[in-house]
Amino acid sequence: MELSEFWFLLIGVLFVGFMFLEGFDFGVGMSTRFLARNKEEREIMIKTIGPVWDANEVWLITAGGAMFAAFPHWYASVFSGYYLPFVLLLLALIVRGVSFEFREKGESHAWHRTWDYALLIGSILPPFLVGVLFTSMLKGLPIDAEMNINASFFGDILNLYTIVGGLFFVALSYLHGLFFIGLKTVDDIRARALQQSKKMYVVTGILFIAFVLLTVMQTSATEGKLGFLIMPMFIVGAVLYAALFITMNKHREGLSFLLTGLLFVIVVSSFFVGLFPNVLISSTDVANNISVYNAASGDYSLKIMTYVALTMVPIVLAYTAWTYYIFRKRIKSSKEEVGY
Amino acid sequence: MEELILARLQFASTTLFHFLFVPLSIGLAFIVAIMQTLYVIKKKEVYLKMTKFWGVFFLINFAVGVVTGIIQEFQFGMNWSDYSRFVGDIFGAPLAVEALLAFFLESTFIGIWIFGWKKVPKGIHLMSIWLVSIGTILSAFWILVANSFMQNPVGYAINNGRAEMNDFLAVLSNEKLWVAFPHTIFASFATGAFFIAGVSAWNILKKRDLDLYKRSMNVSLVVGLAAALGIAFSGHSQATYLMHAQPMKMAAAEGLWEDSSDPAAWTVVANIDVENRESTGRIEVPYLLSYLAYSEFSGKVEGMNTLEKEMVEKYGEGSYIPPVKTVFWSFRIMAGLGGVLIVLSGLSLFLAWRKKLETKPWVLKLLIASLFMPYIANSFGWIMSEIGRQPWVVNGLMLTSAGISPNVTAGQILFSLIAFSTIYTILGVIMVMLFIKVIKRGPEEPKEEDVSTTDPFETGGVTHGAK
Repeated sequence: MELSEFWFLLIGVLFVGFMFLEGFDFGVGMSTRFLARNKEEREIMIKTIGPVWDANEVWLITAGGAMFAAFPHWYASVFSGYYLPFVLLLLALIVRGVSFEFREKGESHAWHRTWDYALLIGSILPPFLVGVLFTSMLKGLPIDAEMNINASFFGDILNLYTIVGGLFFVALSYLHGLFFIGLKTVDDIRARALQQSKKMYVVTGILFIAFVLLTVMQTSATEGKLGFLIMPMFIVGAVLYAALFITMNKHREGLSFLLTGLLFVIVVSSFFVGLFPNVLISSTDVANNISVYNAASGDYSLKIMTYVALTMVPIVLAYTAWTYYIFRKRIKSSKEEVGY
Repeated sequence: MEELILARLQFASTTLFHFLFVPLSIGLAFIVAIMQTLYVIKKKEVYLKMTKFWGVFFLINFAVGVVTGIIQEFQFGMNWSDYSRFVGDIFGAPLAVEALLAFFLESTFIGIWIFGWKKVPKGIHLMSIWLVSIGTILSAFWILVANSFMQNPVGYAINNGRAEMNDFLAVLSNEKLWVAFPHTIFASFATGAFFIAGVSAWNILKKRDLDLYKRSMNVSLVVGLAAALGIAFSGHSQATYLMHAQPMKMAAAEGLWEDSSDPAAWTVVANIDVENRESTGRIEVPYLLSYLAYSEFSGKVEGMNTLEKEMVEKYGEGSYIPPVKTVFWSFRIMAGLGGVLIVLSGLSLFLAWRKKLETKPWVLKLLIASLFMPYIANSFGWIMSEIGRQPWVVNGLMLTSAGISPNVTAGQILFSLIAFSTIYTILGVIMVMLFIKVIKRGPEEPKEEDVSTTDPFETGGVTHGAK
């Protein structure tokens, strides 16, 4: 494997990690509106992700940084080409990020409501936009000979396929988050999270089917160098989704959570498999496709980065796992000692 | 052209806004870690109260710093895609390393620090805040690795029209990095220290919680004086660095059009006339510029006219002089405030040592004012550094005008500029309001609460939806 291919894989892993981990944070954010019945319940839910959401977001930042370092042309084309979506994503991540800290610092009802909405918007918009980003990248965008994307917001970026992709990411995040709440809370909230997940299972399932059909119909995912993997991956995805039906009805939240997480692994990696060896597909001229090879940094730079990544990623994973171990207990009330 | 101005305005506003929070986070994390260490060693309850009280400011500030930092990382690709293509190989690498080495560390351990008071042993909890502090410092280091390349490109070769890294050690041992990194860290420690000193002074004047605020004052003044002296020494090494690596910036900072005499005098103030290329009405301190530039009392400094002639020969026709007035005055505001901080923290520390600080309300009032000084100095320091590099985005390699995204319209940049500025304003106002609220409320008594979590593997914790 060439170093550039390794970095394409690694960036895929970072996005997978981002959706697996931050996916349930987004889902928990949504449940503060759609599941919680009162302030106390909202605060319990927020608390389930309190110690971990910030580190989970770093997966996205790292993915962005790795794109910049390993594939400058990919980073430059995507971030300038998706200008408006990135502005929206940033605004959403900003209001969500501060909502955790600001919310508890005020007493009034209006204050809490404001940050509740900030958290909600900041939990729905990012998975939607990430879904749109990946689906539209796979479908192809108008890319010129200078590698610049000149995409229209309605049409190239937002269309039936990408909207379905975005909604699928939102729904799967919510489902993922509901199982996380099931794992981290007790009694009534936990029971209702389970009820809700049964409804969301249907919605998410429909979106999943629509997403698979549209991917096959509207993209060239199956025709690429690794295209032969796409159908088997979707079949594994479908089997996992069927298994989820069983674990969910048996009230096995841990297994269900693992399954929705694995579904994110399949779905997010399917974009990378479908794109390879391209990183961006030009809808106007195949000659303008940007590939792993012509977008990559020099070998020297990639080698240095590989040493750093191979050293640091295991360490990061170790202390991340340790954090989840420390905060493994269920949360019963919002009044527990948190230091402040 | 419009795109260039808007993109620069966006970069300036985002960076300046982000850097209001960064230094306070770095400074407070460090000082809070010291306070918690004092608590663990001395086992005095007041140090715990201090840790928690100043920790509240740290956390609010950190949250805003994090979210504005995301824009910071994404805006290179959004507004400066041609720049990103050109330097990604060497500039992106430190950003990726920063995320792996620093962001994960600080975000994970800050979670443990906030939520882990009762969940991890004391020593581990103390380690968490130190790891957060180290994370913030590492983060500053790696972003300065990237910035130093823009100021003084080293360790690269141009291949296929891109700057590609060919010597990582050269990138890491960039001279600019090793003058800028200490300068930035000392400035950050000073920001944290004078923040604590200022808030403590206000409370001491009001005779509130004297024990806690006096101890806080002592810790912050020690850090503050050390940091202020560190700023001055590292600032001096910045100047000597500029002399040979970025002489144009130095000449602009001095408003020096023609070559200076030997020895060179330092200009305190002058009336700079950019159109006629002259600076009049100079008030000068003899020998001082030679000393700043070479650490000795002789040596002349080249003026902008000479330097521009050399650059035209090297790079072709064009104007290579940065906005002189901005650089000149930014330098003076920054350095002047740095001087004030040294004197003020020295004097205050002396008075505190003689137990006389409380009896000198005018000193306390000055300390309140000193809270704002590092913020102003930090901002003007970056303005001097970045404006002084113009018209280059990468010194000598790429012009700023060549770096913007060709596919992004002025309308798009204007939209995002308005959106981000609005959110910055809102965040800024809220943060100040929250700070004032916390200051007025004062430190809270540490409370003993029962921890009522349930282990999911215990029978009591598992109550399947049977309700």
